[in-house]
Amino acid sequence: MPDQLVFAMEVFLNGLMAGVLYALVALGFVLIYKASGIFNYAQGVMALFAALTLVGIMEGQVPFSHLINAVFGTDVHHFGWHMPALVSILLTMAVMVFLAWAVNKLIFNHLVNQEPIILFMATIGLAYFMEGFGDIMWGADIKKLDVGLPQGINIPIDETTYGWFGYGFFIDNLDIVATVIAAILVVALVIFSQYTKQGRAMRAVADDHQAALSVGISLNFIWVMVWSLAGFVALVAGIMWGTKSGVQFSLSLIALKALPVLMLGGFTSIPGAIVGGLIIGVGEKLFEFSVGPLIGGATENWFAYVLALIFLVFRPQGLFGEKIIERV
Amino acid sequence: MKMKLIATALAAVVAAAPAMAEVTFSALSYRTGPYAANGIPFADGYQDYFTLLNERDGGIGGEKINLVECETGYNTEKGVECYESTKGTGALVYQPLSTGITYQLIPKATADSIPIHSMGYGRTSAKNGEVFRWVFNYPANYWDGASIAIKHLLDINGGDLSGKKVALVYHNSAYGKEPIRTLEELAKKHGYELSLLPVDHPGQEQKSQWLQIRRDRPDYVLMWGWGVMNQVAIQEAVNIRFPMENFIGIWWSGSENDVKPAGDGANGYKALTFHNFGTNYPLFDDLKTHVIDKGLAAGAGDQVGTVLYNRGLYAAMLAAEAAKTAQGIHGVTAITPAQMRDGMEALEMTEAKMAELGLPNFGPEFSVSCQNHGGNGFGAVGQWDAAAGEWKMITDYMQSDQDVLQPLIEADSAAYASENGITAGCN
Repeated sequence: MPDQLVFAMEVFLNGLMAGVLYALVALGFVLIYKASGIFNYAQGVMALFAALTLVGIMEGQVPFSHLINAVFGTDVHHFGWHMPALVSILLTMAVMVFLAWAVNKLIFNHLVNQEPIILFMATIGLAYFMEGFGDIMWGADIKKLDVGLPQGINIPIDETTYGWFGYGFFIDNLDIVATVIAAILVVALVIFSQYTKQGRAMRAVADDHQAALSVGISLNFIWVMVWSLAGFVALVAGIMWGTKSGVQFSLSLIALKALPVLMLGGFTSIPGAIVGGLIIGVGEKLFEFSVGPLIGGATENWFAYVLALIFLVFRPQGLFGEKIIERV
Repeated sequence: MKMKLIATALAAVVAAAPAMAEVTFSALSYRTGPYAANGIPFADGYQDYFTLLNERDGGIGGEKINLVECETGYNTEKGVECYESTKGTGALVYQPLSTGITYQLIPKATADSIPIHSMGYGRTSAKNGEVFRWVFNYPANYWDGASIAIKHLLDINGGDLSGKKVALVYHNSAYGKEPIRTLEELAKKHGYELSLLPVDHPGQEQKSQWLQIRRDRPDYVLMWGWGVMNQVAIQEAVNIRFPMENFIGIWWSGSENDVKPAGDGANGYKALTFHNFGTNYPLFDDLKTHVIDKGLAAGAGDQVGTVLYNRGLYAAMLAAEAAKTAQGIHGVTAITPAQMRDGMEALEMTEAKMAELGLPNFGPEFSVSCQNHGGNGFGAVGQWDAAAGEWKMITDYMQSDQDVLQPLIEADSAAYASENGITAGCN
């Protein structure tokens, strides 16, 4: 088999894996948009905040220690424990649920029936607040995140493909784990929204707030639940991306990777986020592999948007998005 | 009554005394945003050195130091705003700590007659002081870095790189592209094959680049990265099992922040440097006595001795030494920015002076002149020891290839002079 074809296959597989990581970020956007019509600009910062909180709890870091030390003249930094990853994840999830409650209580309950642009603005404010709050709470240093996920080349795949093609494919173990987790997450979310009482209530709210209210569904509860789910997805994305690069403030920029995925997959479809992620991941990687060297490389960032725009022109609601028809 | 009179008299004397004079320095820092993890240690080191001078020596030449800090967030627009809002304070020199901000400030500071010191970053050809009258980039610049990296590779290959493959992984920005021309020229001279692998900002996703490296199997990888790009690149190199001792970063890709997230896998990774590491210097004893133990350390006080803290400290020390030189030249203590430039142009850093300042064997010897604003282009190679959790210097300071670099600097600065109607000269 020609070398270039073998290499392209490796790039294709890695594109799929990268796409899953993009989709993990996009999922959080979809959940909130689907249930409340809010485009949550703060989703990337939520992933950062969740990852910061997770590392902080695991490492026994005293929250707000800089502030406490400055005000009280103390010198406290750590509680002196190292908490198991699973317990830390559960505690972080509790923090994200509290955050969801607080965001709805303090911000969105006051903005019911406001224009979407107002709600979007509110999420911009929320993003910057959370970034600063996370900084004060956990500090700005880069933190190593190790929840026990495997990382590095997958040897069986390397050896198997070497036997087939005379060239071993590189597939990162972390990407394989991310793919499995994303698959479980999507299946769980679909089952939740289709077959549970709360899930059906969530869909009812998404379809029509007023009608949902009239049949006794608590708008407040549903929104807190959806923001909590988005917080959970943000935590998963934060763990995956934070394991790759360390937990640091540029983690919030992963939201940029989710936008073309949303444009392509649609803002309201959970499977759309996954399929969109896969198309963007494969598309950008293959384009960089085949055309990048001819035009100087670094094509991935802009090509993802070009790809999304092409889809947008022919299908404005995205591949799986709902077509909005307003009858006058 | 008598006591009341004495107190009144004392108060009058105090009120009548001349106000304590001071010299002002600016600190364009970034303690917030995506690059805060790097901005904080540099800003802390910079601030702590001036605090030390105030506490231990009473300032510089008897003048207390007033440090005006402004938060840029590593954002070029904010950096320019910081410059505009603080230049009225009489700041003697600006150190923008960003190549983007430096490029924007070069014409502004030139028009305002305020020196800029872009230490190890910014516009490389600013080394030509006859064109860039107000810009300094000593002790080393990006092109020096590129040349020193190749010199190190020559050293470990018996002086011969012909047939070797060198890949440059770089931030796809003006900063990241800086070494390309130099590496191309050096490739012609030494016969290695250069491949270029740009990484888009911010650099969180580099799978394509590292798959290509795995396919092409270069002998060495050089990196011009910053922020998250560094950590991801080092992790990807670990993932594809690239030999870390063959992976060399520029000095902005060589702090603890860059290697720690990859854990033990980062062991052996190399990075260039123009200053030494750690706290094993007499100056740090003074810092402990006069700054840290008094509770005057900048920030949380937890960055002392890190690579970027030491760099900030060194930057402040060079600024203070230039100010002392200016005071000596002009015979006044309250110097102006124009006089500061004279001090910077006459700066000479010898090993004897460094030892006297409490930093023996810390930085290279160099001298500055009107013609040469960039020093002598010395740098060294450091290597990360993951087990010890510290950087170690593995070479002596070595000089970049001036035969190759000088013509490049002259050509680039001449083009700048022509574009901007500048008549080169020392007047």
